Amino acid sequence: MTAAAATIASQIALVGNPNCGKTALFNTLTGSRQKVANYAGVTVERKEGRFTTDSGRLVRVLDLPGAYSFDATSPDEQITRDVCKGHHPEEPKPDLLVCVADATNLRLHLRFVLEVRQLGQPMLLALNMMDAAARRGIRIDVARLAAELGIPVVETVAVRRHGADALRAAIDGTPPPSPAVVPDLDLHAETRRLLRAAVQLPMQHAELEDAIDRVVLHPVFGLAILGAVMFLIFQAVFAWAAPLQDALAAGTASVGAWLAAALPDGPLQSLLTDGVFAGVGTVLEFLPQILLLFVFILTLEESGYLPRAAFLLDRLMFAAGLSGRSFIPLLSSFACAIPGIMATRSIQDPRDRIATILVAPLMTCSARLPVYTLLIGAFVPRREVAGLFNLQGLVLFGLYAAGIASALLVATIMKRWRRDRGEHALLLELPSYRWPHPRDLLIGLWERAAIFLRRVTTIILALTVLLWFLSSFPAAPAGAGGPAIDYSFAGRIGHWMEPLFAPIGFNWQICIALIPGIAAREVAVSSLATVYALAAGSDDAAISQLSGIVASEWSLATGLSLLVWYIYAPMCLSTFAVIRRETNGWKHVAIAAIYLFALAYAASLLTYQLTVWLT
Amino acid sequence: MKLSEVPRGGGGIVVGVEALGPNDQIARRLRDLGFVAGEAVSVLAFGPLGSEPVLVRVGDARFALRRAEAARVCLQEQSP
Repeated sequence: MTAAAATIASQIALVGNPNCGKTALFNTLTGSRQKVANYAGVTVERKEGRFTTDSGRLVRVLDLPGAYSFDATSPDEQITRDVCKGHHPEEPKPDLLVCVADATNLRLHLRFVLEVRQLGQPMLLALNMMDAAARRGIRIDVARLAAELGIPVVETVAVRRHGADALRAAIDGTPPPSPAVVPDLDLHAETRRLLRAAVQLPMQHAELEDAIDRVVLHPVFGLAILGAVMFLIFQAVFAWAAPLQDALAAGTASVGAWLAAALPDGPLQSLLTDGVFAGVGTVLEFLPQILLLFVFILTLEESGYLPRAAFLLDRLMFAAGLSGRSFIPLLSSFACAIPGIMATRSIQDPRDRIATILVAPLMTCSARLPVYTLLIGAFVPRREVAGLFNLQGLVLFGLYAAGIASALLVATIMKRWRRDRGEHALLLELPSYRWPHPRDLLIGLWERAAIFLRRVTTIILALTVLLWFLSSFPAAPAGAGGPAIDYSFAGRIGHWMEPLFAPIGFNWQICIALIPGIAAREVAVSSLATVYALAAGSDDAAISQLSGIVASEWSLATGLSLLVWYIYAPMCLSTFAVIRRETNGWKHVAIAAIYLFALAYAASLLTYQLTVWLT
Repeated sequence: MKLSEVPRGGGGIVVGVEALGPNDQIARRLRDLGFVAGEAVSVLAFGPLGSEPVLVRVGDARFALRRAEAARVCLQEQSP
């Protein structure tokens, strides 16, 4: 303990406005030596990394959430304020505050630098994006600025390889003395004085940016571009990921087959091939899709386009009781509701935030895709429509559209019910456009992949094994007729649930699959595979054949009903868990669970009865 | 004149932010974002529906404000 304490020489915290390039700087300093977690009780990301200075000191770096002011209006800003002031219960007071400011946006960022300085703690200022400032003709007299501020100032270019060397050296050197606190300082007046003293601003604003914005934010072209971007993303996620997915599927299938051949027949072989490989393998196939979606989301985020999309959609989403800011969390929810719900922390208004959290599960997350793909493949003919579109693709598009329309509808209804009719704030900054840096994309991507893989190897694996156990034991008595699964626990549970779900056309096999499907949606497909593979009593009834089984055993009405069920399906347990953590209570978990179940049942009932009546 | 009344391409100098009540967080945040007396602002764009939100440049930063937020900012007209 003492040895460790001796080597950790200092704890520093990066603090600054949103969009100051703080996280890129954090990545430059720490590389891949990062740990991402959450602050207890709130879903605010806690990012910590470490690096060793040239003199061999180990430095722990905390990347605090961006803040405009210590007059906090969001949970992020509260965390930043509490940690900087040393009030946070779990975070030690940092030895050094590294305030990061965008050199191209000093008028806004210097105000916050001054607010941090008023804390009177050892700090230094990192003037980030000095390259962009130079290109724009902004000249900063760094020595003068440091003298006027009374704190050390270093220049950084976070996206360049050696861009943080000066900062590293400054952190390594003797810690700066605490700055003097000026009583009753007018932050704005002081900012203006500093700008006059140390900064030469060009007369012109960034013309290129304004020109881009004139097109991107145009009422007609802007929306057309947004539509094209969305279309490209979905096209890519569904078409480009396919070869990778097929390769993964073939890989897991061959390993499963090899294991089946290598192991003697018996429970262990059954567990590994019918349970683990049929279950986890199916889910793992979605990794390429999720990663590809995140490549796009991260690129759009880093480039500064996402706030523009929020600007374009704000009025529409506001009418539905959401906010333009809801766009980013809802877009992320197409990959998975968990990062989506976590992204709602950027929404300052608590009511907008709750509304976004509650409708995020209606966005078609990629975990629903296995279910959709299976059922569409089984029940929707592969037919050309109008010589241009594929009927299967159109149905898939319809399912996505139904999710979005339902989300807007549910949000509108919730808005009606809300008692608090106070004003909702937008106040959204549109940052400068930037080229996304590959390193920052990779680190972001790795974080997402780690979250997904952790899920697969923990909750999904456990559930798969549990389901395998339930559907394998107790074994059928000797000389019994009918499939073995009929006698198992799962069979009994399925039969017991059947009366409730018969009106919406679900047979007992579907009922069994629904149980783990609540835990994690994508497991529903692997569960069906497990259930039918076991019922068929043969190991080679692989998932690829599931589509055929389903098509022959289920009616069209049942297939469509299950498709519609999964638009609303009471979401996975992980989503419940994140809603609970995010809202700090069970109330909204209960609201979400009940309304989703009610919607799913009602919509499936309607679909089933209508289809039966029509066919 | 209020910022919400400025046409696209127009602008002015901020006189102050009017708080709608004793604890108006939006007004405080507007001041934190740089809407303080003496700053030049200009209206760059409107959202596609109902001319909302309003994209405003203050200093070197750009913010999207809803009309009700923009209505809190009082301006002095600037001759172009």
